[in-house]
Amino acid sequence: MKRVEVLKTYKIYIGGKFPRTESGRFYKVLNKAEKPIANVCLSSRKDVRNAVQAARKAQGSWQERAAFNRGQVLYRIAEMLEGRRAQFVEELMLEDYTKKEAQTEVDNSIDRIVYYAGWCDKFNQVASSVNPVSSSHFNFSSYEPMGVIGIMAVKSSGLLGLVSMLMPVIAGGNSCVIIASEDKPLCAVTLAEVLNSSDVPGGVVNILTGHMDELWSPLSSHMDVNGISTDGRNKYITKVQLASVDNLKRVRVYSNDFSLMQEQGIQFITDFQELKTTWHPIEKIGGASNSY
Amino acid sequence: MSTKNNAWEYADSIESASHINLRKQYGLYIDGKWVKPSSNKYFSSSNPHDEKHIADVSEANEDDVDRAVQAAAKAYKLWSKISAAERGKYIFRIARLMQEQARELAVIESLDSGKPIREARDIDIPLACNHFFYYAGWADKLEYAFPNQQKKPLGVAGQIIPWNFPLLMAAWKIAPALATGNTVVLKPAETTSLTALKLAEIIEASGIPSGVVNIVTGFGDTGAALVAHPKVSKIAFTGSTAVGKLIQKTIAGSNKKATLELGGKSANIIFDDAPIDQAVEGIINGIFFNQGHVCCAGSRLFVQENIAEKVIRKLKHRMQSLQVGNPLDKNTDIGAINSKEQLKIIQRYIDIGIKEGSEFFQTDCALPVQGYYCRPTLFVNVAQSSILAQEEIFGPVLTIQTFRTVDEVIQKANNSPYGLAAGVWTDKGSKIFNLTSKLKAGVVWANTYNKFDPSSPFGGYKESGFGREGGLHGLGAYLK
Repeated sequence: MKRVEVLKTYKIYIGGKFPRTESGRFYKVLNKAEKPIANVCLSSRKDVRNAVQAARKAQGSWQERAAFNRGQVLYRIAEMLEGRRAQFVEELMLEDYTKKEAQTEVDNSIDRIVYYAGWCDKFNQVASSVNPVSSSHFNFSSYEPMGVIGIMAVKSSGLLGLVSMLMPVIAGGNSCVIIASEDKPLCAVTLAEVLNSSDVPGGVVNILTGHMDELWSPLSSHMDVNGISTDGRNKYITKVQLASVDNLKRVRVYSNDFSLMQEQGIQFITDFQELKTTWHPIEKIGGASNSY
Repeated sequence: MSTKNNAWEYADSIESASHINLRKQYGLYIDGKWVKPSSNKYFSSSNPHDEKHIADVSEANEDDVDRAVQAAAKAYKLWSKISAAERGKYIFRIARLMQEQARELAVIESLDSGKPIREARDIDIPLACNHFFYYAGWADKLEYAFPNQQKKPLGVAGQIIPWNFPLLMAAWKIAPALATGNTVVLKPAETTSLTALKLAEIIEASGIPSGVVNIVTGFGDTGAALVAHPKVSKIAFTGSTAVGKLIQKTIAGSNKKATLELGGKSANIIFDDAPIDQAVEGIINGIFFNQGHVCCAGSRLFVQENIAEKVIRKLKHRMQSLQVGNPLDKNTDIGAINSKEQLKIIQRYIDIGIKEGSEFFQTDCALPVQGYYCRPTLFVNVAQSSILAQEEIFGPVLTIQTFRTVDEVIQKANNSPYGLAAGVWTDKGSKIFNLTSKLKAGVVWANTYNKFDPSSPFGGYKESGFGREGGLHGLGAYLK
């Protein structure tokens, strides 16, 4: 007799837990042939609020982790993902990837995570500056994370787009709330399971599935979100920008093709950093010689 | 120690204005030429000290703005092809020409804006010159600033500046834009157009190609036309948070990049282990510099409870020695409020503070009978919820709150929609770095306040705007 397969329930990820949406709703994900491949949570504005709250709570201690430690945690994500390669390939294939495409997407995603893991304790060293001011002051500028970032993931990509937008945000010490691709959400949920087993503190990454036309508004108008990262093909960009004005969220629009290897770099990290400049006087002691 | 008027008597020491060279009427500087505004309308720029007319300035309308942007777009084709080293040499020239005219620029700035000549002469004008000199050298070194990123200029930058540091803000805007290969249309504030127009003459004299820098004067409508123009690819704005948000709304859905330097309500924090006399000087400089017309003014003072009485006593004593009066007098510490409108705004806030019941203190100094003047003002025991502690006043008005613990003051200081600057006063280094890393502000001054330098990036967190001006990072705002 054929064994009965155990099917997976796709849930959302908030504050390190896997609840169902508070709204109790779901939607069917269809493949190209219009065949249902999974039932997925149809998140609501209340889920967005819960997720932002969880993200804010987690952000401070994530920022205060040693940058080196954040690098280790990100590397651990890559390790966990590598171990679950087959599952991601399978899910992507359900979402109409060919086997080869799916394998490439997963490989590139793992490599991209490793890439950003390496940046955690380096980007600030590269992008900061000591500023030679004319007065007798020591003056330096360095980066700090913006805070809570809303990510509206690439719609056409099941994994790599999401990873390419997520990693630079958390590498820099931000926490985030992700709206997964509406059409290809399976890997986003499975990625949440990977994150949950990779020492990423609960709440640093929160992942919601659902309709973009319902979720863009509560996320981009939320007064406790500091920045928005959105796919350039998102049809709500103008509305997102308008909703972001109230608390001057920093909105970054990416039309990049993240499948290209050059579409990674330090600028994706500094896009979600604030530069802080610090001044302190230098005492000039009378009569001191500069030829000690 | 008495808190009575202890202002010292000084003999007048008025800077001569005989050497300045101003036209009776200024046109618009478009495509390397001085042209009449198509509206044929002019408005008066006057001296806030004696309310006397200084010169007539053109009111640019939509057509004029369009002419200026078209000229800048045309010039961009040429300017972006000139070698970077040559581009830099033009900017060096501008810096040198400004230095040669520094005294004249300082006097005009003081006359037109009301700021003390001492500040215009020693701070505004030298910093403006240095800003051009600093960025000139970047023009041919951009690949060192952003390695591996192949950055390119954006095109035409539309720049709108405020009235508090007229020439300095023009320099902050124009110098990095030119160094990165962009062309410029700049709109100065309506009450302080004159030094920007003098700068246009300097730019003309520098021989820089026509249309690379265009200066259009006018009111808010002129700025709005500039922001909305489809050929403008970059907006750089310094001004109020309300207008900054309006700009963001206007450009939503376009590909325009923006830098916004907006309002602030910056915390200046004094711990009980601070050098008190230095800290008092820092508080004075933090709030009364430039009549308090400073976006990063240290307008919220937080004093540790156990030294509050002493600090406030010393502060009041020091305030009494501030000389308020003729901006052209070299003894003057606090000059004229920039405009009648701004004076009204400040007075409205003072009335609110008195009504709210905070303890109110103003110095006893005599004010000039004419002109727009405001005495240095303190409000003590201000509640965190008070309007005075929340809204930007943009005048010589300081609110004082006390605190007991480090956590408490960090929370209070960060409890503001703004995040431009902050000050911390303590003798303990580890405490400084704890504070400077936790305060959500773009610029943090430790044991000092209100210091500026071309090499030092400036700009805010949160609703104080985004993007940085100055330093290496200031280049990024004009590149893609």
